[in-house]
Amino acid sequence: MEKITVDATIENLQNVIDFAAEQLENRDCPMKTSMQLQLVIEEIFVNISSYAYHPEIGPATFCMEFEENPTAVLMTFIDGGKPYNPLEKEDPDTTLDIDERDIGGLGIFLVKKNVDEISYEYADGKNILHMKRFF
Amino acid sequence: MEIKKEQNGNALTIKVIGRLDAGSAPELSKELTTALNGVEDLTFDFAELKYIASAGLRVLLVAQKRMNKQGSMKLINVSEAVMEVLDMTGFASLMTIV
Repeated sequence: MEKITVDATIENLQNVIDFAAEQLENRDCPMKTSMQLQLVIEEIFVNISSYAYHPEIGPATFCMEFEENPTAVLMTFIDGGKPYNPLEKEDPDTTLDIDERDIGGLGIFLVKKNVDEISYEYADGKNILHMKRFF
Repeated sequence: MEIKKEQNGNALTIKVIGRLDAGSAPELSKELTTALNGVEDLTFDFAELKYIASAGLRVLLVAQKRMNKQGSMKLINVSEAVMEVLDMTGFASLMTIV
């Protein structure tokens, strides 16, 4: 398992993305899938950065593991911030017209659309989000 | 991310190059605040935009709402990866994409 722990701040977003992109490239993940997963990772990391410890700053850990037959990546985000289950967030209505559209919830919606499995648990004072994507 | 602007009277083309993510979206948002003053015909050229996240979508939504009041807005040369995100979120139907 490969992992990276950083302060959850927007300034560290690129470090986490670079780490993930390199791991995915090493495993010959197709570029299209890698870009979709970068989106997933960004949305979760940005959520943690914006809300988990607000107004303080705290750490986030991102782990990646790979499976074969079928090929898949398992990704886990762990933070010690306020308990928050992003899966309880209601999906936005993507059919509303522009005046009724709000950006809220779009990030987690994009996450759900781009992974095959996702689950949340709160354990030992930590938010733990597991995701799996076949490629 | 890099932003290139080309103004022609009340028509403005903004080329967004690289990644429109949570790190760079505030810069574009700030740029638009003043750049859109007096603009009636806004074009975003996304030929070299490789990636967009929800933070970028938020900036596009704000720009579209503003342009609906003062003129029109369109997106051109949208890459497959960016189009996928616009489609997934229903943004493709809120905006003019050519």
